[in-house]
Amino acid sequence: MNAGTGSVAPPGRSLWSDAWVVLRRNRAAMTALCLLGGMTVLVLVGPLLSPFTYDGTDWDQISSPPSLANGHWFGTDGLGRDLFVRTLYGGRISLLVGAVATAVSLLIGISYGAVAGYVGGRTDQVMMRIVDILYALPFMFLVILLMVLFGRHIVLIFFAIGAINWLDMARIVRGQALSLRGKEYVDAARAAGVRGGRIIRRHIVPNLLGVVIVYATLTVPQVILVESFLSFLGLGVQEPMTSWGALVNEGAQELENAPWMLLFPAVSLALTLFCFNFVGDGLRDALDPRDRSA
Amino acid sequence: MLRFAIQRLLGAIPTLLVLITLAFFLIRLAPGGPFDTEKTLPPEIEANLRAAYNLDESLPVQLGRYLWNLAQGDFGPSFQYRDFTVTELIATGFPVSLRLGSLAMALALVLGISAGTLAALRQNRPVDYTVMGAAMTGISIPNFVLAPLLVLVFAIWLRWLPAGGLGDGSLRFVVLPVIALALPQVAYIARLTRGSMIEVLRSPFTRTARAQGLPTRTVILRHALKPALLPVVSYLGPALAAIITGSVVVEQIFGVPGLGRFFVQGALNRDYTLVMGVVVFYGSLIIALNFLVDLVYGWLDPRLRHG
Amino acid sequence: MNARPLLDVADLHVRFATPDGHVNAVRGLDFELAAGESLGIVGESGSGKSQSVLALIGLLADNGQARGTAHFADRDLLGLTQHELTALRGAEIAMVFQDPMTALNPYLSIGAQMGLVLGRHEGLGAAAARMRCIEMLEAVKLSDAERRLGMYPHELSGGQRQRVMIAAALLCRPRLLIADEPTTALDVTVQAQILALISELRAELDTAILLITHDLGVVAGHCDRVLVMEQGRRRDYGTVDQIFHAPAHDYTRKLLAAVPRIDAPGRPGKLPAGDTLLRVEDLSVQFRLPPDKWPGRARQLTAVDHVSFDLAPGESLGVVGESGCGKSTLARAVLRLVPATLGTVSLLGRELLPLRGAALRAARRDLQVVFQDPLASLDPRMTVRDIVAEPLESFRPELGRDEITQRVARLLERVGLEPAHLNRYPHEFSGGQSQRIGIARALVCQPQLVICDEAVSALDVSVQSQIIDLLLDLQKELGLALVFIAHDLAVVRQISHRVLVMYLGRAVELATADSLYERPRHPYTRALLQAVPVPEPDVERTRQRQLLGGDVPSPLAPPTGCAFRTRCELAQSRCAAERPALREQHGSLVACHFAEEI
Repeated sequence: MNAGTGSVAPPGRSLWSDAWVVLRRNRAAMTALCLLGGMTVLVLVGPLLSPFTYDGTDWDQISSPPSLANGHWFGTDGLGRDLFVRTLYGGRISLLVGAVATAVSLLIGISYGAVAGYVGGRTDQVMMRIVDILYALPFMFLVILLMVLFGRHIVLIFFAIGAINWLDMARIVRGQALSLRGKEYVDAARAAGVRGGRIIRRHIVPNLLGVVIVYATLTVPQVILVESFLSFLGLGVQEPMTSWGALVNEGAQELENAPWMLLFPAVSLALTLFCFNFVGDGLRDALDPRDRSA
Repeated sequence: MLRFAIQRLLGAIPTLLVLITLAFFLIRLAPGGPFDTEKTLPPEIEANLRAAYNLDESLPVQLGRYLWNLAQGDFGPSFQYRDFTVTELIATGFPVSLRLGSLAMALALVLGISAGTLAALRQNRPVDYTVMGAAMTGISIPNFVLAPLLVLVFAIWLRWLPAGGLGDGSLRFVVLPVIALALPQVAYIARLTRGSMIEVLRSPFTRTARAQGLPTRTVILRHALKPALLPVVSYLGPALAAIITGSVVVEQIFGVPGLGRFFVQGALNRDYTLVMGVVVFYGSLIIALNFLVDLVYGWLDPRLRHG
Repeated sequence: MNARPLLDVADLHVRFATPDGHVNAVRGLDFELAAGESLGIVGESGSGKSQSVLALIGLLADNGQARGTAHFADRDLLGLTQHELTALRGAEIAMVFQDPMTALNPYLSIGAQMGLVLGRHEGLGAAAARMRCIEMLEAVKLSDAERRLGMYPHELSGGQRQRVMIAAALLCRPRLLIADEPTTALDVTVQAQILALISELRAELDTAILLITHDLGVVAGHCDRVLVMEQGRRRDYGTVDQIFHAPAHDYTRKLLAAVPRIDAPGRPGKLPAGDTLLRVEDLSVQFRLPPDKWPGRARQLTAVDHVSFDLAPGESLGVVGESGCGKSTLARAVLRLVPATLGTVSLLGRELLPLRGAALRAARRDLQVVFQDPLASLDPRMTVRDIVAEPLESFRPELGRDEITQRVARLLERVGLEPAHLNRYPHEFSGGQSQRIGIARALVCQPQLVICDEAVSALDVSVQSQIIDLLLDLQKELGLALVFIAHDLAVVRQISHRVLVMYLGRAVELATADSLYERPRHPYTRALLQAVPVPEPDVERTRQRQLLGGDVPSPLAPPTGCAFRTRCELAQSRCAAERPALREQHGSLVACHFAEEI
């Protein structure tokens, strides 16, 4: 017998590979995942391939309907700007906000929730009481207030939105950490003399990860929604830069004359949210242990 | 139950104070005061103005004064609409918003609960897939996208319904805004109801009820409905907040002269007192309604009622 | 049996459609049941015993399908429409389920739940229904019946809830009562009360009983005839005496051999001589709970209350008691998994409780644990190799990866698994196999003492006996000391040299296993032993029983003086005033003022 004892043994099925199998079987989620991937590539690369810029005016084609002939596939707006490129730029903002603000909310939420859940006791009670109070605040209004007062800066949007959404994440992580801490395998590890840090790395984090991934995926569409909402109100990104919310707003004002100005950004936004929700649902079915038995 | 109510009330008050204080200090921290116009005012006039609006006192005193005034229903004067107080603006706009909001909420509850229950009872059959597909779509189309689309289709292309305004105040005018407000919530509530109904229908006590020979109708109405609706009840708070937030854009799009529209105008014109007044007013409303929802929940759940 | 049977089941099949194909749960079952008779259906988990009765009353899950015939009073149950079946259920065939905690609707009052049944089957109005409900609650000996109608399930204890379940089932005087593991979730003293009640009501109402259980002891005492099931098939079928004395099938014989018996001497090895390995003195564990009402004071829960014992190397000590008696908390406190409030724990002469940090980790090497739930105690995201290797990696990192892997592989073989299992994950194993992994983890560092916290409670009897054999073997081979915690007194007897009985956090009796089981000296021990069913019909028929009434008091408000006095027939005023200390009585340690009188 040599060092090969382990490698002789056939590999088992880990929960991760199980989850991947479940997810792969979920056709809606897989389609949505592919669409999102395609959309990300398009949003990043698309503008480079177009002869138009997001802020340049095509003086010959003011308010042009979509047309293959003049190259404005999504038409132009009242200032003659190409809507295809503008929609893609809006998509960049939305996806960027989705990624950054979700990361912010994950960072705050996980650290806060993990501390509350793992430390437990009175610390946990106080920390969760604070979350309860914050939870009851009408955050959207406060964010609007913030935007009104401090101007429309993209970084501010990231943090304002991230700061709203961490509450859910903190609650979920805290609940999970609390229940994992009471699990017998954690007790067994303690009895085996494993250090606290290693228990967190080996037992708590891997078992927490599934739920965090699911809720992070579901946070992305929420965050994109908030940004579009603010932009729709004119409180988000500033002209001439644009986002889907701002484009929808412009489109809504030109409904009768230029319905394409509404339709393209509206469909892009809805489709993106739709895809994220589907992927999130699919991941929940695959990763959330609560549904495993069902 | 009384104890429970007091406990929840004592939870709501700090939230309210945090909200007001936060809003108050945000305003004071903002770069540029409310009197920053294009041309600078002579210092003595600005000083007079500041004194008139009590801006020359220390912050805690100002906060105290603000709280005291709020307690008496006085939100202060509007910086923009010089002839009106914020209270007057709220009194004009709120009834309009209330009508839209409560209709939307009612619609969301009735449609959402029935669709969700139906889907749960026909789990994994075509009805279920249809309802859940529609719900997913509903969740993914925010109301500021839905609203202009509804206008485009029903007002501009089909010409069935008016595109906006209040008109003669008849129901025709509120149909589209109410639908735009309600649909995302219908979708949420349907998903929620379906999920919890399925869970309850799988629970051992439902099996007991069936083993006792109770017909399906009785099992659902008497045994399953109440526990299945508890998650919906606890979602009422967030739903209210979402509808109030949604009303801001929906009123904007349909040109409904409600409180949300004042709010957006105020926000774009930097009318600090108005914006803050609306934030505090709507914030308090949400907190108060959350408190009521908590009470209803406690009343429905015997473990809390007797606990 | 000449008269037509009440229930005649022939060639019953049940199968479930799953994404991976059909699963046959019941494959051709025949049995009959006469009016007023009591038939026990026995089997281990997965034998199809529950599914077969659920099929009879049309309560299979949606993906389940039944065929065959089941004549109940001239009607074929399997041929009835849903509508006809619904009319029958609750009226002529009633059912009691396992877990009274979840089988009653928590959102409806007891009266409302019972009233619905009467309204449905007998069309009774509110007032008449109320009268009937009160009568029935009195029949199941629930005190204060009228007030109970307005109460909600969470306000009742487990035993009380099961009484309500039975009352609700019997409201319409059904001809057949199906009881599916009716006492499995209950403590043994409460189990005895409920079983006695069912037998009594059966005689009174002339109701036939179909009793489904995994516990042969329950069957021996409460059934006329027995059906043994395995893998969806009938293995044995006959009167209790036939089944227990002349079983026709091998499986029945194996099952009978595997059942631990409370009246059979245990099999621990000879007690090796040696000094003290573990000494526990005056150990107390208190928890602070948040106030139950607001405003209010934080509450103190004393889970373990001044418990002392010691343990020699190679000795096994059983710890028994009903749920909430503090036996698991005691284990956790010794393991330093929960903080002790008072007392000392010393292992090999070294005090454990003051240790911190590295010193504590080092001391843990000699002290390992096996938990109850085999799945919950193994991290689902780690391979078997990593799980078993974890203690070695923390105590003997110098061994290196390959050596550790080899040791793990050897140990897996020793506990009855294969080295090929190294890279598998816990969910790929059965309950018994998972428990073997847990045992391997506990042994990998060659500890002196292993604490088994309900280590076999979640397992089927046959698996249970294999695991016990394994533990006994390992103990002999390695000279292990064991603390064996269990609620099952028969299991504890098999493995223990000495036994500690706990009640409400206190040690009430500590004695050698034989003397404790043959001659209990504490009234609680005696009642506990009398409540345990024996898998032997003759014994059960002639057994004199003193049933313990009532439930265990809340540990938040324990009685003054002797904790057991509220349920003790010997209790006198002195018991309320003065807490009895453990004192010696014919070689046993007993905490009772009147131990001499027993």
